[in-house]
Amino acid sequence: MGPDGRVVALAGALRARGVRVGSGEVVTAVRALGVVDAGSRDDVRLALRAVLCGRPGDLPAFDAAFAEVFGAAVPDARIAPVDLGGGSTLALPRVAVPDAPPAPRTAGLEPVVVPAAFSDVELLHDKDFADYTDAERAAARTVLRELARRGPTRLGRRTRPSHGRGRPDPAATLRAALRTGGEPLRLPRRRRTPAPRALVLVLDVSGSMAPYARMLLQYAQAAAAARSRVEVFAFGTRLTRLTLELRSSRDPDRALERAAEAVDDWAGGTRIGASLGTLNREHGRRLGRGAVVVLLSDGWDRGEPELLAAEMARLRRSAHRVVWLNPLKATPGYAPLAAGMAAALPHADHFIPGHSLGSVAELAALLSGGLHTTPGGA
Amino acid sequence: MDGADGVAGALAGQGYLADRALATAVHLARTLRLPLLLEGEAGVGKTEVARALAAATGAELVRLQCHEGIDVHHALYDWDHARQLLAVRAEQDVDLWSERFLLERPLLRALRASDDGPVVLLVDEVDRADDAFEAFLLELLSDHAVSIPELGTVRAAQPPTVILTSNRTRELHDALKRRCLYHWIDYPTPERELEVVRVRAPEVADEVAQRVCAAVARLRGEELYKLPGVGETIAWARALGALGPDATPDDALGAVLKVREDLDRVRALGVLDGA
Repeated sequence: MGPDGRVVALAGALRARGVRVGSGEVVTAVRALGVVDAGSRDDVRLALRAVLCGRPGDLPAFDAAFAEVFGAAVPDARIAPVDLGGGSTLALPRVAVPDAPPAPRTAGLEPVVVPAAFSDVELLHDKDFADYTDAERAAARTVLRELARRGPTRLGRRTRPSHGRGRPDPAATLRAALRTGGEPLRLPRRRRTPAPRALVLVLDVSGSMAPYARMLLQYAQAAAAARSRVEVFAFGTRLTRLTLELRSSRDPDRALERAAEAVDDWAGGTRIGASLGTLNREHGRRLGRGAVVVLLSDGWDRGEPELLAAEMARLRRSAHRVVWLNPLKATPGYAPLAAGMAAALPHADHFIPGHSLGSVAELAALLSGGLHTTPGGA
Repeated sequence: MDGADGVAGALAGQGYLADRALATAVHLARTLRLPLLLEGEAGVGKTEVARALAAATGAELVRLQCHEGIDVHHALYDWDHARQLLAVRAEQDVDLWSERFLLERPLLRALRASDDGPVVLLVDEVDRADDAFEAFLLELLSDHAVSIPELGTVRAAQPPTVILTSNRTRELHDALKRRCLYHWIDYPTPERELEVVRVRAPEVADEVAQRVCAAVARLRGEELYKLPGVGETIAWARALGALGPDATPDDALGAVLKVREDLDRVRALGVLDGA
């Protein structure tokens, strides 16, 4: 096999491992081989890696694919292989990184809600997710998808022409002045336009929460597909990032399936504090400043309440708003007495039920306009 | 400079110690005229690569700092509307869309400066721009030319070496990534970091530099909110050097840990005991 054939084989091996390699990159890779020492295995490896990888998560897949196509390393007396061992596990996030934004949704694929189903949905409004039948879950899905289109916004940096308000627009002022003999009689203005605010959904998928998490995951999948800047995480005993899985497929069922596969502790115990710690440390950048963080959990934490309180405090300091959804809140006479919930609640801006379509609608209303009024805790 | 070895040598001449993988990536970017996308944790020296490369090759460094809402008028060109307005009122037959009213922004500068010599274009923190700007950038990086409606097409005489950096606050579009070579800059090994400290802070005693690098390696093994970057290592070494021989690493911990919880944790766990 010549060098070109090997590059093609390598591209195939990478694709088999889930790395996206386009034909343009294969051509570039062949060019790259022309300008490095083709006799040095390591030079070839590093050159191909620079061309064919696009994210830190690709690097382990590349090493495996390279070994498969080019054979295992023979000790090279000239160059020590670059060590990607210990240090990289610190620097690289332990989960994959997000994919490209989803392709634009084609209109017309949305199932249309027929009136009969709609009235069914009205009946479902207050029904607890845990009591749903399969048919009801399916009916609720359309509603969740609609609700997921609404989300938090903030004023962006981009501007549009406006009447009366906003800052003067020099370019438009000049154009207007040219029409009036160079006299700036009119002062057009521009104002800032709304931009999507980052939304982070963190779902507790442990035992008792599973029926709610499944429904919220549908909401999350629809939100990730419809909006930019949405991140989704799940936790039981540890935190798993699901954004990639939820975005990787245009088919919502397949996306949910992949997300479910990625979480390995469905129905296990709960360590909320430790999971939020992982979120704060390893994904702090992704939260950015100014994200709205939505947590779904009943607050039954097997970890230490002090840890949960500290991580919640940290989260609230870096986020714009923290919203806590607790399905138990819908229970008459509920009081947040569980140690975890009691520790976390002072650090939440909003506390709402999250057990039914009605409460998800409440969440959607809150996200798309109600966040400015902060009641301060429960 | 010839080959990856040449690149590594030239960068080292500017005080930047590149490992083999980075040197190879820079070599390819220069030879194949492809943009190089650098990612890595904060403080691993992404921006520094462009500075060192420009200095080593005698190229002009043109830096575009990306920010939210950045658009063509921040990045490429704008018109000096105030002066245009004055000119319209003061002169007859003035050509408003001519060079004298043109404000050159970094990207236009990079394309034009290549007439006079090599250029390194640094597009810093490209993840802070939005999709629309990324698409525009993609076009420019593909053609090394842009068209300005009022002026026509501006083309680079020789394509600049383009380095993009991203802090991964947002995933970049696949189309942009496909256009670029990619390199992930990792935290250096303690041995390499020691070399970096020796080069960048030569005034610090070697014994202090060694202790600092070993201590930083310990810190990076902890669950901290903000792991120290190479810049912090150098600052720590300098701080301890300035404090004199009796100082312990803990005395200047503020040079390396900037989050209160991290300071508390490191002290409570005794991470630096005996360091």
